[in-house]
Order: sequence, then structure tokens, then C-alpha cells
Amino acid sequence: MGEKIDPNLWSDGATPHLMGGRLPSGQIVFPMPTGDAAEGVEPYKLSRRGTLWSWTSQGFLPKEPYEGPGSGPGEGPPDFQPFLLGYVELPGEVIVESRIVDARLEDLHLGMELEFCIVPFNARYDTFAFRPVTASESKAA
Amino acid sequence: MSENVYIIGAGIHPFGRTDSRSGREQGVYAVREALTDAGLEWPDIECAYGGSAAAGNADIMVNELGLTSLPFTNVANGCATGGSALAASQQAIASGMYDLALAVGFDKHPRGAFNAKPSDYGLPEWYGQTGMMLTTQFFALKIQRYMQLHGISRTTLGRVAEKAFRNGTITPHAWRRSPVDLDTIMNAPMINDPLTKYMFCSPAEGAVALILASEKKMKELGADGVKIRAVAVKTRPPNSFEVFQAGISIEEGGKPTVLASKAAFEKAGVGPEDISVAQLQDTESGAEIMHMAENGFCKDGEQEEWLANGWTEINGGKLPVNTDGGCLACGEPIGASGLRQVYENVTQLRGRAGERQVPGPNGKGPRFGYSHVYGAPGLSGVAILERE
Repeated sequence: MGEKIDPNLWSDGATPHLMGGRLPSGQIVFPMPTGDAAEGVEPYKLSRRGTLWSWTSQGFLPKEPYEGPGSGPGEGPPDFQPFLLGYVELPGEVIVESRIVDARLEDLHLGMELEFCIVPFNARYDTFAFRPVTASESKAA
Repeated sequence: MSENVYIIGAGIHPFGRTDSRSGREQGVYAVREALTDAGLEWPDIECAYGGSAAAGNADIMVNELGLTSLPFTNVANGCATGGSALAASQQAIASGMYDLALAVGFDKHPRGAFNAKPSDYGLPEWYGQTGMMLTTQFFALKIQRYMQLHGISRTTLGRVAEKAFRNGTITPHAWRRSPVDLDTIMNAPMINDPLTKYMFCSPAEGAVALILASEKKMKELGADGVKIRAVAVKTRPPNSFEVFQAGISIEEGGKPTVLASKAAFEKAGVGPEDISVAQLQDTESGAEIMHMAENGFCKDGEQEEWLANGWTEINGGKLPVNTDGGCLACGEPIGASGLRQVYENVTQLRGRAGERQVPGPNGKGPRFGYSHVYGAPGLSGVAILERE
């Protein structure tokens, strides 16, 4: 396991949760606000399960401030690993933007069941992602 | 009761790449074109508003244009820089305080510009580090969902780009002047699914200047004026879905474009059915499609039929959209882009658009022209012009 890309982005422990915030109005937001904007906002453990709200692919090397494969010293586009990303609706909470792993572009569809996971990002850091819930896991849940 | 305001001069520096001129020099060029068009000299201009996103302050242009001591306000409003400059100069005249005002926008972006810093947008660093802070992703994510919900096909995305490049071939100020066929567009490298390389506009260079006048001044000069019926600029309402959002509310919110459009139509006292030519923000193909509905010109999903039937073509019979090729064919110099749309409508309403002239309801040219600009972090500007 690498370091967390942001120490407050998800909770520690065996079953980590992405951290959002609950506003005084009751509305759930992501990410948890920082600085003065955090006043009155309670840290809130977001659901580990959600459904796909939209998606796209990232097929080319992003520019700065991207720090993933392909961005390091002496690296370039051939070192880049294309990835999928999307918005995941966490029921009753908030819709979060996330990487999507263990899936193919052609398999993605609206409402697809997804679950939270932690994935390696670069030589130093881990980041968060969502991955499809398999049929057997779906029944067990 | 506010004064009627007219655009009596319009100037443009061709969009694209001009290595020999800085962004501001292109701005000065556009101002001189607008002055010539209006039959005015620089000292006639009483106040000015303008700016760029990446090519410096506009007020320095007085070094080249002349030190006439006029008040010159720099506008720095991202993608709405041009729209905000137009709104400010319109208000300056509508208030009765001035009779002649300048709105100018220019820019010069290096190839592949637009890398955004998370802190500039109040976002945590991880959002940029992990490769999620790309405007192209937002547009892909927005149109992907829209296509699923409203039955828009990939071919329709391609048709928007094909039309843009076709219109660009007959537009002197456009950057892309060669047609690109549908197959090439559809089979080009994918940037962010479902959008290919040809479906996105590129950062570019260019400048536009508009000279605004009171009715009294226009008549005194005998100028060829186009009336500004309404200008509306709106920022995002609660729970909207905009560029650079790590989290979106589960409650579906409003849209800045819908708000700006409604406000402009209300102010103008006309409706979408009265518009004969429209310039809609087309950062990419999907944006034009969604903006057709957000601005009230069709219902969600009807774009499929509109594009298949060519109803947004210059001679398409319904509503010509992006007659100069839009951002797709002109590129997007941020500070100038919104004013280019207004420039194009002024040209169309004056009947000076040459090969790309929209015939209008009775073949006498369009009476109402509509322009819409959208940009980060969720703002829209709409202008409705009328040929009286």
C-alpha cells in the first residue's frame, strides 16, 4: 500500500469510506470542505456502494498538475496508462467523481452498481476508485 | 426608462494563429476595424471595457490607440470576459451617462493551453494530481449522460462538427477553412468518449471589438446600427452541474444557460420562435446540442431529428446555428470568443455575411439574432440583437 494521496480523503481501517461532509442544512457534500468553509460541516462517511451516473475515458496524458504514470521525469505519453472515470451516485447522499477500475468502456451503463475501493496511483500514492459489483457480491449485499 | 443601445461598429482580427502579433496587438487591430466600420476616430470613444484571459490587460491598448484619457475598465471574467464587457458597455450607454462605448476582447493561447490549477477553483490538490481536472472530461461526462437519457447518437455529434467545418470554409475570420467529412470526424482519435478530436475546439488567438452607441448618437452619425434588445449574464444556481466539480448534488439543480436565456427573452419581449440566427457555445459538439435545448430552441432529444434533417444549416429552414463555424472552426481565444458570436450576428443582421448569409424569414435577412456563451465556473451570457 502506498501513502494516501490526501490524508483526509477517505477513512482508515479495514473498510475505508470516502469522506464527505454534512452541512447544517443536512445536505451531504463531497469533498469535505476545508478552511473557513468547513465551519459547521460534520465529516461524513459516504456510502461504499453507488450507481453509475455518467462516464468517460481518458485516453491521452493529462498536463500538469497530473502526477500519474507518464508525468514523471523522463516519462512521456508512452508511459501513460489510459483510465476510465465517471460520476457515481451514492443513494440519498451525493454524486462523486471518481476513477472507474476493473471495467471496460463498452460495459459501462447508466445505473450500473459500483463499489468503493483503494487503488495504487503512482510510485508513492494510492487513490480512490469505484469498481463494478460482481453478480455474486451483488446478491450477498 | 433606459436608453436604447445600438452596435454601430464591429471589427475582428482573424481567429487562428498569428505569430507576428501579440494578443493585444490583435485587439488594437480589431478596435481600428470597428472604428473604421462606424466611421469614427479613437478620440470619439467615451469609455471602454475589455479584457483577455491570457494576453494581458486591455487598458494598455491606449498606448497604441491614443492617450485620450477615457475611462478604460479591464474585465477579467474567464469565458464570459467578452459578454461581461458587452454588458458593461451596454449599461454605460443605457444609463444615459455615455453616448459611445467600446467593448473589446482578445486572447492568445499557446497550443494545448488551458491547464487549470485546483487552488484557483477552490479544489483540493488531489483532484488535479489524479487527472480529473480536465475541461474536456466535463463536456464528455455531461453529453454522455445526456445521450443516454435523450437518445442522441454519436452520428449527431459528428454532424455538428461537420457543419462547423463546412461553415468555416465560407467564413473569412474562421481558423479552420477546410471541410472535414463525417467519417473522418467519427474515426478520429478519441479524446474523452464519446468525443473525438474533431468534436472539440482548440485554444486559439483572435480579437473582436464592438462600438456601442445611444440612439441619438447613431442617428446623428447616420450609422448602420443593430439594436441590442437584451443582454443577460448569469452565474450558476444551487445544485447545478458545471465544469470542475468533484461532487454534484443528488437534487437536480438549475442551469446558468437556462437562466440567462429566460432573462434575455423576457427582457427582449420575444421568444425562441422569433430568432432567425443563433450562435451557441460549442466548446465541443455535445455542447451545441445541449445548448439548443437549454436556450429553448428545441426539446431534449429533438436535436437528433434537427441534425439529421439539417435544420441548423445556413439554408436549413429552421434555425441556422453557428453560421461562422463557431468555436469548432474558429478556435477559442477565451476573451474574444463571446464577442465573436455577437460580431457574427451583427454581420448577419446587417446582411453583410456574403456566402454564409442567412436568408431570414422572408429572404430579407434575419431580424433577430441570438448569441450564447458558456464557461467555467458555470456562467452564461446571452445577447439578443434586432435589425429594426
